[in-house]
Amino acid sequence: MDLSYVLQLTISGFLMGGVYSLIALGLSLIFGVMKVINFAHGAMLVWGMYFSYTILKVTGLDPFFSFFVSAAGLFVMGYVIQRTVVNRIMPFHEAMQVIAMVGTMMVLENLAQLIWGPDPQSPQTKYSLSTLWLGKVMIDLPRLFAFLIAILIAALVFVFLKYTDLGKSIRASADNRTGALLVGTDVNKVYAVCFGVGAACVGAAGSLLVPLIPISPHTGFPFKLTSFCIVILGGMGSLPGAMIGGLIIGVAESLGTIFIPSSLKQVISFSIMILILLLRPQGLFGGKG
Amino acid sequence: MKRIYFLLGFLLLILLLLPVFVSDYILGVFVLIFFYAYLGQCWNVLTGYAGPISLGHSLYVGIGAYISTKLAMDFGLSPWIGMWIGALGATLIGLAVGFLGFRFGLKGIYFVLLTIAFAEIGRLIALHLKPLGHMMGLFIDFKPGWVNFHFKGNLPYYYIGLGYVVFSLIVVRAIEASKWGRYFVALREDEDAAESIGINAFKYKMIAIGISSFLAALGGTFYANYIFYLHPTSVMSMWVSIEIIMRPIIGGLGTPFGPLIGSLLLTPLSEIARSYFTKAGLEGIHVVIYGFLLVAAVLFFPGGIFSYIKKILKPLLGSSKEI
Amino acid sequence: MPLLELKGVNKSFGGLKAVSQVSMNLEEGEILGIIGPNGAGKTTLFNTITGFLKVDSGEVRFDGDNIVDLKPHQICQRGMVRTFQLVKPFLQMTVLENVVVAALNRTKSIKEAREKALQTIEFVGLKEKKNTLASGLTLGHRKRLELARTLATEPKLLLLDEVMAGLNPTEVDELIRLLREVNQRRITILLIEHVMRGLMALSKRVVVLNYGEKIAEGVPGEIVKDRQVIEAYLGEEFAGAQG
Repeated sequence: MDLSYVLQLTISGFLMGGVYSLIALGLSLIFGVMKVINFAHGAMLVWGMYFSYTILKVTGLDPFFSFFVSAAGLFVMGYVIQRTVVNRIMPFHEAMQVIAMVGTMMVLENLAQLIWGPDPQSPQTKYSLSTLWLGKVMIDLPRLFAFLIAILIAALVFVFLKYTDLGKSIRASADNRTGALLVGTDVNKVYAVCFGVGAACVGAAGSLLVPLIPISPHTGFPFKLTSFCIVILGGMGSLPGAMIGGLIIGVAESLGTIFIPSSLKQVISFSIMILILLLRPQGLFGGKG
Repeated sequence: MKRIYFLLGFLLLILLLLPVFVSDYILGVFVLIFFYAYLGQCWNVLTGYAGPISLGHSLYVGIGAYISTKLAMDFGLSPWIGMWIGALGATLIGLAVGFLGFRFGLKGIYFVLLTIAFAEIGRLIALHLKPLGHMMGLFIDFKPGWVNFHFKGNLPYYYIGLGYVVFSLIVVRAIEASKWGRYFVALREDEDAAESIGINAFKYKMIAIGISSFLAALGGTFYANYIFYLHPTSVMSMWVSIEIIMRPIIGGLGTPFGPLIGSLLLTPLSEIARSYFTKAGLEGIHVVIYGFLLVAAVLFFPGGIFSYIKKILKPLLGSSKEI
Repeated sequence: MPLLELKGVNKSFGGLKAVSQVSMNLEEGEILGIIGPNGAGKTTLFNTITGFLKVDSGEVRFDGDNIVDLKPHQICQRGMVRTFQLVKPFLQMTVLENVVVAALNRTKSIKEAREKALQTIEFVGLKEKKNTLASGLTLGHRKRLELARTLATEPKLLLLDEVMAGLNPTEVDELIRLLREVNQRRITILLIEHVMRGLMALSKRVVVLNYGEKIAEGVPGEIVKDRQVIEAYLGEEFAGAQG
């Protein structure tokens, strides 16, 4: 086998993995704090994509600059969804939670379809097809940008969680719900902000995907499933786990296409998820299971 | 106790006579009501009674549909026989999923993800199998006749669907009345406590998923011979699993009539909204409304609608706690 | 031959030794109490005996057989049943159904199980509540329900984990009377108890655990005078015993 081909796939998967990581970071953050699986995560990704797509169409501003608009928009959306739905379903049976989140997903996804139509859109940017050659290995420039910005955003989230009071409360409530209750933080606000931040991550990730893949109201679904796999691999609620898990899954799916058709690549993620569930359910970076 | 059976008999009589009074379109809606009530009941056996939450029941529906259809198409075996072979196939897979999940002690959301993973792998593999029509899907030739399970119009499907629902109700009532049913509920309520009083948690959860996947596959055969077209995305996707679980949850989890009540409410709603808004050129809005209603149902009826109906019916039925 | 025999049982979590080299015997018909400060490893010991946790090393012999590899339900079928410190009733079942499930341990017939369950419910004094959902019971009633559930499995040995905690003095007295009666039916009892009055009234022998080790064993009257025991307890528990 051609080594440069393998290297090519590795790099391309690794770069995509950066965006995966950002998506999974949002999911893991939400789960870690609220113990709710955000089934609307893929729909939120789609909203992020359409925000940047619309901005691109109307003002010509590049998605790699407008991602913060998507992030802000999704933060508000996440905040509101937490306040109206998630906060109330937290004490419910998990099956009820799933249904409520699926309902939310249906609303978001089909609202997007009503606003932007059902047909896939592939907006062109100036550099859509630009590449960079490193010896015999070709690097997609849009992927490289998406990767770098995704990592930058993730780093900002980590800084927020580590150095701001609100971020510290979020981490505290992830570690121990009652503990955070005791020190007198406004738990409802912490939860809502946390859900907002999680949604902002996935919204920004949506923007970064605009130059890479066609946009349609239902694009988010496979990404959501992949981010489930990543979060299990890295450990539910573990943020470093989400980052590294995203990179691993990105590379694994990409390298897998050597052996199987790329339409089957998700089988690799699901197989990894099953193995991790059985052998190390707390994930690579989770504490106790 | 007696009065409830009287009431049920009366309801059944109405349903048996209904086709005399309504159009074929309405019968079609009822076919879907029965179909989803049946599948919801299958799922209810596992999740509603025994506890483990599956979001991958489309896998068993798909296996049942494909096996009975392939046996009919390639070997001329009547779906009425093939459906049992399909059900056994689905049971094997169900037991495999259960074995892994229960032996390794996966609980709650972790078991959910395991079932999603298996169902998605199943769907993706089915999508790449040439004998299943590859990406194009599998078209089933229409050969009307009882033996082939193919009929013109909705009427025969109406009665077969009703038969499925009655059958599933009888099965669930039999389970409820037996040792198994009590063990299932005990496991759902507290697995440690159940183990401590002598219940083999692993064994009975395996029995639950075995029954559940077996029954779900029988539903798959019905689907194949009603729609005449099978595609992994339409029969095995997570959407199918979500459709399956919605009705029992809205109707009342772990109750015998929850799936039927949920389906009587949700299925017409979804159908009417679909046809009404699609005519108005607003495709998608019915799903938005449907989604809102689901969220509202969870927020306002977290115990399922059945428990409210029970309260309303109480004066009518006396002190029956047997429903 | 003792009914229950522990030989050098060990159990650690990470580096922490929760149960360390514990050996003890329990004769048929006996009532043995286990005391020790919080975190002394009492509940962990129960969990290892009843198969909820696997021992790291050592033997647990019940009726002569080593049962360390058995699952909780198998141990129950052999005749050893435990209650839980935090009671675990089946909340969405009625009191009667809770006990019927347990009675099915010894019979296949639902009818027999029902009869057995009704007797047991009457025995623990929950007859009026038999059609109440367990979720609607007070803590005192929940504890009785849990006792009824264990009794309905027809055990030889009953392991009670703080059944008296949280009960008022009248309820404690009733429970003492009830457990004496249970014991008269040739059911052996091993109990963890913080309520010293209950422990003293019931047990003929007491084992003291501290930091996972057995530090003393003897008749209740002597044990409370043991220096090591007083040191381990120094404070609330012992003061409670005096009062």
